[in-house]
Amino acid sequence: MAENTLQTAKTKEPLMPFGKKERKLLTDPLSDNNPITIQVLGICSALAVTSLVYPSVVMSIAVIFVTAFSSLFTSILRNYIPKQVRMIVQLVIIATLVTIVELVLKYFNYPIYKQLSVYIGLIITNCIVMGRLEAFAMANTPWKSFLDGIGNGLGYGVILVAVGVVREVFGKGSLFAGSPIEMKIIGPNSDYFINTMTNEWFSWYANNNLMVLPAAAMFIIGIFIWIQRSINPKLVDIS
Amino acid sequence: MYSTNYVIGFILILTSTVAIALTGLREGTKEQAALNEEIFNKRAILAAVNSHIPGGRSVKDLSDPEVIELFTNNIEQVTLNMQGEPVTTVMADKIDMGKERKKSESERLLPLFIYENEGEKFYILSVRGNGLWDEIWGNIALEGDLNTVTGVSFDHKGETPGLGAEIKDNPAFGKQFEGRKIYENGQYKSIDVVKGGVKNQSHEVDGISGATITGDGVAEMLYRGIKYYEPYLATLGSTN
Repeated sequence: MAENTLQTAKTKEPLMPFGKKERKLLTDPLSDNNPITIQVLGICSALAVTSLVYPSVVMSIAVIFVTAFSSLFTSILRNYIPKQVRMIVQLVIIATLVTIVELVLKYFNYPIYKQLSVYIGLIITNCIVMGRLEAFAMANTPWKSFLDGIGNGLGYGVILVAVGVVREVFGKGSLFAGSPIEMKIIGPNSDYFINTMTNEWFSWYANNNLMVLPAAAMFIIGIFIWIQRSINPKLVDIS
Repeated sequence: MYSTNYVIGFILILTSTVAIALTGLREGTKEQAALNEEIFNKRAILAAVNSHIPGGRSVKDLSDPEVIELFTNNIEQVTLNMQGEPVTTVMADKIDMGKERKKSESERLLPLFIYENEGEKFYILSVRGNGLWDEIWGNIALEGDLNTVTGVSFDHKGETPGLGAEIKDNPAFGKQFEGRKIYENGQYKSIDVVKGGVKNQSHEVDGISGATITGDGVAEMLYRGIKYYEPYLATLGSTN
């Protein structure tokens, strides 16, 4: 009798739980453990791609996909990967996923593929992807690793889009240029929402050409880091 | 430590699986990808005659099948060799300008697209050169007099967004070329990209601030690239 109660008391663990710990995997990288502002990874593509918002969004989606699935597959294989070739195996997984992204882009949206072609390939060298594999996926279960990958990809994406918005609005006066939902905000003719030729409040305004250069992304990310640590002082000595 | 055999076995299985999966995906998407690329290139060629699309529409507004239809119906394709003679070895729209550049100058093939709309003929030339970081290329359409430019379209591999990339992203740059001429009193002048203000309204356009080298690249590409077509254009009996 006692044995039966013991046996029925042992309930089956859900395969893909979504409790507090799992939610933390998704939300931490958005702020307290942001891959760009706290872990300081993946800066290179953040500088190159963010001059416009639309490529930043496509790039973010690509990185979320690659980070999530490479974490998933690495985690599934983690007990079988020989230590001697650990990094090589991780690279193979990452490179395969990036190639899949390229092939899918070529199939569905060729113009954006042409625009982003070099940068998509560079996801392979993005430290965030390899970083998460080493720091998390190699030592955790597949579902958690998948969530961690999505979380870090999202954290990267949030910063990318934020930098992109600043750079595009102040550098070109538009938002989502190059996409079907292009919005012209401030500029020298009637296409724009604020027409600097006719608007007396903004007749002095000209696009800031520094925003167009990668150096601006460096400054903007620096400012984001500063703002984040001012709001949350316990992050100051973290890295 | 895992045994050597295990490591070799693992790597073999991993790479084979990956290779099969990627090859399969590539084969499955190859046809559509090739079609997408063809349409992309055709749009770029038609962009040079953007102001002469039937219905007053812009190339951007055309659907993919419409691009193919317009190209098939309104464009006569001519492939030229560097001596200006038409050849039939390959269709003009299949010529890869990048690959042609790798050949020695005398062996290259040139694509020429003769676009006809409402009785008017336009000659679309393809040119290719070097920008600041990597290659740049473009199409330039001449009116029936083989002298006046009716439109251009440019593209690049890796110019800086907001600077060199403006040759493609900013319609104002390309619009300057409309109405410019490449010959002056029978002498070949092409179109120069200048800094500090245009002085010669027929043969110069304003460069892009901060993109001097790309601008120089465009000028060089046009000068050399259009010259390649001179032998053939001369046979058409132009009125310069």
